[in-house]
Amino acid sequence: MDVLDIARWQFGITTVYHFLMVPLTIGLGLLVAVMHTMWVRTGRPEWLRMTRFWGKVYLVNFVLGVATGLVQEFQFGLAWSEYSRFVGDVFGSLLALEALLAFFLESTFLGLWIFGWGRIPKKLHLAALWAAVVGSIVSAYFIIAANSWMQHPVGVAVGADGRPVQVDFLAVLTNNTALAAFSHAIVAALMVAGALLVGVGLWHLRRRKLAAAPDTDVDHAVWRRSVRLGGFVSLAAFVLVAATGDWQGKLMYHQQPLKMSSAEALCETEAPAPLSVFAWAKLGSNECDDVHSWTVPGLLSFLAHWDFSSPVPGVEELQEEYAAVYGETYPDDPSFGDRAGQEIDYTPVLAATYWSFRLMIGMGGVSAGVAAYALWATRRGRVPTSRIGVHGSLLAVGAPFVANAAGWVFTEMGRQPFVVYPNPDVPVDEQVWFFTAQAVSPGISAAEVWTSLVSLGLLYGALAVVELFLLTRLVRRGVTTGDATATPPAVGSSRRDDDQRPDDDRADDDVLSFAY
Amino acid sequence: MDLQTLWFAAVAVLWTGFLLLEGFDFGVAALLPVLGRRGRQGTADRHLMLRTIGPVWDGNEVWLITAAGAVFAAFPGWYATWLPALYLPFVVVLLGLIVRAVAFEWRHQSHDPRWDATWTRVITGGSLVAAAGVGAALGATTLGLPIDGDGTRVGGAFAGLGWSSVLGAAAVVAYSLVHGALFLALKTDGPLRLRARAFALRWSPVGALPLLAWAGLVHLRSGTLVTGVLWLVAALAVVVTWTRVRLDREGQAFAGWATVLLASAATLFGAAYPVVVPSTVSPAFDVTITEASVSDYTLTVMTWVAAVGLPVVLAYQAWTYWVFRRRLTAEPGHETVAA
Ligand code: HDD
Ligand code: HEM
Ligand code: HEM
Repeated sequence: MDVLDIARWQFGITTVYHFLMVPLTIGLGLLVAVMHTMWVRTGRPEWLRMTRFWGKVYLVNFVLGVATGLVQEFQFGLAWSEYSRFVGDVFGSLLALEALLAFFLESTFLGLWIFGWGRIPKKLHLAALWAAVVGSIVSAYFIIAANSWMQHPVGVAVGADGRPVQVDFLAVLTNNTALAAFSHAIVAALMVAGALLVGVGLWHLRRRKLAAAPDTDVDHAVWRRSVRLGGFVSLAAFVLVAATGDWQGKLMYHQQPLKMSSAEALCETEAPAPLSVFAWAKLGSNECDDVHSWTVPGLLSFLAHWDFSSPVPGVEELQEEYAAVYGETYPDDPSFGDRAGQEIDYTPVLAATYWSFRLMIGMGGVSAGVAAYALWATRRGRVPTSRIGVHGSLLAVGAPFVANAAGWVFTEMGRQPFVVYPNPDVPVDEQVWFFTAQAVSPGISAAEVWTSLVSLGLLYGALAVVELFLLTRLVRRGVTTGDATATPPAVGSSRRDDDQRPDDDRADDDVLSFAY
Repeated sequence: MDLQTLWFAAVAVLWTGFLLLEGFDFGVAALLPVLGRRGRQGTADRHLMLRTIGPVWDGNEVWLITAAGAVFAAFPGWYATWLPALYLPFVVVLLGLIVRAVAFEWRHQSHDPRWDATWTRVITGGSLVAAAGVGAALGATTLGLPIDGDGTRVGGAFAGLGWSSVLGAAAVVAYSLVHGALFLALKTDGPLRLRARAFALRWSPVGALPLLAWAGLVHLRSGTLVTGVLWLVAALAVVVTWTRVRLDREGQAFAGWATVLLASAATLFGAAYPVVVPSTVSPAFDVTITEASVSDYTLTVMTWVAAVGLPVVLAYQAWTYWVFRRRLTAEPGHETVAA
């Protein structure tokens, strides 16, 4: 593998890994903020317990999101310096604004929330959590605006060397691609949090029932409310995910038609165009002709254009169109490395786009199904004892994580061979585009990138093991805090005498994580 | 002042803010094995030390992210030259920062003393590696990297590392150690406060030497009268700090030590201006702010956003420091309000 391939693997691995933490941070952050708000408003002990239990899970996850996010911030410069030079006029400012307007908010107010229990007034303490959660959402907005600009560059003119020069910052911020992708990613994040609440909640409910624990105490209420909240959120989010995904799909037919046709294995232009349900091909072939699929007539036309008859262009025709405009071969220029002068394949890896798209939707569907089951099985105070149902729900906690990762793999691999995709809404001579093959840093050696890939990969693997171990243990233990009574632990009041403050070491369980 | 200069100043402020704030949490982390006693008391000492930085380390780290982000945003040419030239050192910094961040959170997830001790060591190690690595990278960006006319590194993976990076690394680590001790003296009470003060008294004259040497070198190469004066201010501030520690005036000592950094950093960036990456291959290949910067339009937009955003950030960060302003003690129930 050359530097480009290694760098791509490294970027893909670290980014997908980062995005395992991200949706949980966003989704669970929102839900914990809701729980905390409910506690402040109603004073009911189960909301406090829920806040503290799920808050711990949130924090253990959050810190790994922070740690892996740091790598992201530097990666563009380290391995993709030519990309950074090329997009500098637009892209860097979005990253900087994300840090300035979002990361400070997140980290500062989360610190305040963690250490603020019992030290600052109750409402202010709640506001600190909301500030942190808003920070996460703002951060998602800026980074997705940056990513969407690479998918669909707007607000720029062509400058020297074909580089984009920003002329309209508002257009970059209101890029329709960004608005669609942002709303899609936020609701997808809620699916992750919802599934976790459902899976863990059901498991505890069942375990308590088998152990003949009372179903009137506060812990029962904690798990029951978790399941109900998670279930409703999951189902609602799935509807929204489908709606926003449909919005994205319609944009994509126009902005990146090759991505969608590849995802549908649609080789020839067809009118009406069918939707593929299952496809198979010769192993290792990326030739459209080798693909066979089962299809539903007309559905793809509907997805693309809201009717059942319009034509949808196929991969082969599009490939020729792109080659005619953007070149049959890469320019014979040293900045293209080994690929200089070689033929350009405008079709992304068919199998990857096709299956990641289906994995995303399918895993989301699994999650929605589990949520529906959980709501039904817990209706009117019932507690399910079915081993398959409950353990299946616990297993299905992973489904929306997979769906999120698949969504990104689809988005990112589907835009190959471009790293900045030409915007079809402007005339060709006003378009900016950049091939992935020119994006990588010149002057760094394969050995260097290998070193970073291997060291980061090993470290990430080790962190995943510890993280999973800690989270599983946390979740198994359930609500500890040594306060099995129905009264809230004495935290959160603003006027406590200093000598009543619990010793942080001994009251370890009671201090919300970060028990220094 | 043109926009490029303004943003050069902004980037300088962000890196300085990072070194100033993260400097003391690096320092506290590095001092865990030094200032903590042995045995059970040591565990309590270390927990106390970690509690002083618990609420703020993440916010401090965002200064690094913002500093790097601002370099990318305003001077992509600098970002795209500097990072790949020091590819492996930056990766090592990242590894250090990652393990440190998770160790803060994971340490106390188990009651097993070995678990706690292991992660505490990881915090110390990760912080030292990160501090040294950032120092090395900054040392190289003020004293020179082997880059050609395209901003591409010539030579192998370690060509970017030389005596300048060793000096930068030593400067940041040594400064942070004393800074951490002064912070502990300011934020804790009891025996730890005394030990931290003794450490600062002993090491503050030495701790500033590499930093002063580095700033002095850059000044000698390309400085002006103003940077010369700034350097003298930094040197004077060392003396002031030392006398203040002797007189047990912790607040003033901390301010004095902060001045050492502010004046040194001002010397460094002031003398380097307008070059952001000097080339050791040929001065003709130096990367300057004009060639590295983005368009005026983008700089204008960012200036407006930063003019509104940065004061707000500073206000709420200052406010959280104020909320957690009390001195901490190892014994429960004996918190005293900071003098
Ligand atoms: C949809 C949302 C989203 C996406 C696509 C990304 N991130 Fe992220 N990132 C977040 C949403 C987020 C977050 C929710 O705000 C995190 C996760 C956990 C956390 O602490 O904040 C975060 C943390 C985080 C941090 C640490 C912040 C801190 O210390 O507080 C950095 C530096 C980045 N990210 C940078 C990036 C970059 C450069 C990305 C592009 C490749 C990226 N993230 C993708
Ligand atoms: C967190 C969500 C993201 C995920 C999961 C993700 C996923 C991926 C994957 C899987 C690749 C490898 C593609 C391939 O090798 O074909 C990739 C490449 C890349 N992505 Fe993303 N991406 C994410 C967000 C972003 C964002 C927000 C940006 C820019 C702001 C970005 C910029 C890039 C770049 C520059 C590459 C390298 C070039 C390439 O191989 O295509 N990604 N990403
Ligand atoms: C139910 C129907 C769904 C549809 C029609 C749909 C549609 C899409 C489309 C078209 C994209 C590509 C956007 C682009 O490349 O510009 C996408 C991306 C993505 N999808 Fe979905 N999706 C669905 C379900 C889900 C589910 C259930 C999840 C996760 C729980 C999810 C998570 C993502 C993510 C994280 C991305 C990449 C980031 C983004 O563009 O927002 N999607 N989706």
